[in-house]
Amino acid sequence: MKQTTGVLLQRKYKEILEQWIQQQLKDDALREDLMSNEELRHESEEFLHSLLNAVKKDNYTDIDAPEYEKTLEALSGISTARATKGYSPRETSNYIFSLKDALFIILEKEITDKARLYKEYHRVNKLIDSLGIYTFEAFIRGREDVIMRQTSEISEISTPVIQVWDGILALPIIGTLDSSRTQVVMENLLMKIVDTESTIAILDISGVPAVDSLVAQHLIKTVSATRLMGAECIISGIRPEIAQTIVHLGIDLSGIITKASLAHALRFAFGLLKIEVKKSTDKIKTGI
Amino acid sequence: MMQTQKLIVLSNEVITILKEHDVVFLRGRISQYADKIQMGLLNKTKLLTAASELVRNMISYAGQGKVLCEIVASIGLEKGIRLTFTDRGPGIKDISLAMKDGYTTGKTLGLGLPGAKRLVSVFEIKSQPGKGTTVVIIKWKNG
Amino acid sequence: MEKIPILKMGDFLLVTIQVDLYDRLALNLEADLVGTINKYQSKGVLIDISAVDIVDSFMGRILGNIAQMSKILDAHTVVVGMQPAVAITLIELGMPMSGVFTALNVERGMELLRAKIFTDDADTETDSAE
Repeated sequence: MKQTTGVLLQRKYKEILEQWIQQQLKDDALREDLMSNEELRHESEEFLHSLLNAVKKDNYTDIDAPEYEKTLEALSGISTARATKGYSPRETSNYIFSLKDALFIILEKEITDKARLYKEYHRVNKLIDSLGIYTFEAFIRGREDVIMRQTSEISEISTPVIQVWDGILALPIIGTLDSSRTQVVMENLLMKIVDTESTIAILDISGVPAVDSLVAQHLIKTVSATRLMGAECIISGIRPEIAQTIVHLGIDLSGIITKASLAHALRFAFGLLKIEVKKSTDKIKTGI
Repeated sequence: MMQTQKLIVLSNEVITILKEHDVVFLRGRISQYADKIQMGLLNKTKLLTAASELVRNMISYAGQGKVLCEIVASIGLEKGIRLTFTDRGPGIKDISLAMKDGYTTGKTLGLGLPGAKRLVSVFEIKSQPGKGTTVVIIKWKNG
Repeated sequence: MEKIPILKMGDFLLVTIQVDLYDRLALNLEADLVGTINKYQSKGVLIDISAVDIVDSFMGRILGNIAQMSKILDAHTVVVGMQPAVAITLIELGMPMSGVFTALNVERGMELLRAKIFTDDADTETDSAE
């Protein structure tokens, strides 16, 4: 009685593993600098074990089925780990594709019927391709995590909250203002308001390249949140083109105080706080 | 259509809500879970506020219900809190209408559903008039 | 049953909320407040929410109610000590909170109340002068 290929492959686990390891060691792209051969062997053992377990059920097409859960988990772990270690996506996928060669060699040895051999090649080929793509996807997610982390770090640095006077804070915003950056801005600003007991915050957007309805929404939210803290928010640095765009887009900024520049906003803030700035009448001291 | 993304469930607990005061206990548990995965203060506040809205809705229209609290991890290994609110209340006839700001059929402000949606990462709602309603929300650790 | 204490501070009343406001408690607070405003003819109410971690739409509505009720009784209301996370969440939630004045802390809140009352008195004077 013919045994299913799945059972056959499981029986040949050791051989397949050895073949695979050999394929990997032969590969020029082996990164011995990033991972020791022992680690590589251990990783391959685990993965192959779970894969052959899954293949037992003779399902070569649906990797979302429950039998592949452990395999995908292992793959995901391998891929993300390599992404963090610095492997290229090609190197990571080749790890899986090299398994194909090992499997083919074993299949060829065990199956003599050419028609059946072709059919099994085809099935295994599709399966490994599918897993290869999954590896790539997981790799990309791993990289995206790194990007996200870096983005949030940049967000933190690029939105300083500066106390320019007693009770007056200034925030020069440089770069695009998306929703996640807005959250960071709001958090930092509000906490600084509490810390410094400030009553006025000046948001300077001269460094924001484009203001569309979404960005305007973010600005409005920030102003509203500031007001809930008992402080007032002034938006400064609105370039003429931006003013035009805002009106054309029908954005309603009527509830918001806007000034052309940070200097204007500061002057206005002094007015609100009833602070006067006068030139000193001591002519002798400074000589200016 | 329920989310088909694969999630790993790391822990779960069902909390029964019988009266409004149970919200306090629920909030405490959710807060503990959020702290466990080290969710930041702002995200935690949003999650708890969304949960508060949904529980009030549940009590207001169905009198009682259950909340399934889970700590989940996505394939990308990001952790989050998933809450599933189920009740056997009158259900919602027109979900798209219910998701509009200000729409209300009862004594609430009509901000509960759309408001909660804005505060979380994933929001799904299923309802059958006469049978009940199920709302699933997920808040990722990093929003 | 819990009751939220109301402190009299001269012309003002101070309410410090430190527990979760559920239905009955909130309604009682509203009733107690209007009663007390009336009793002392208070000119201002300060609601201190610095210990409140979560403000949902229900709580937001209660605050709005209190502001409106007080106004009818000729008293101004200022909510003080809102936590940053709460403020951001309220905005995201879409709570209008219009008609509710806010200040950073009790001290500022009292300054704000005094300023409002001063303006009220000034208006009344000009009205009667005409």
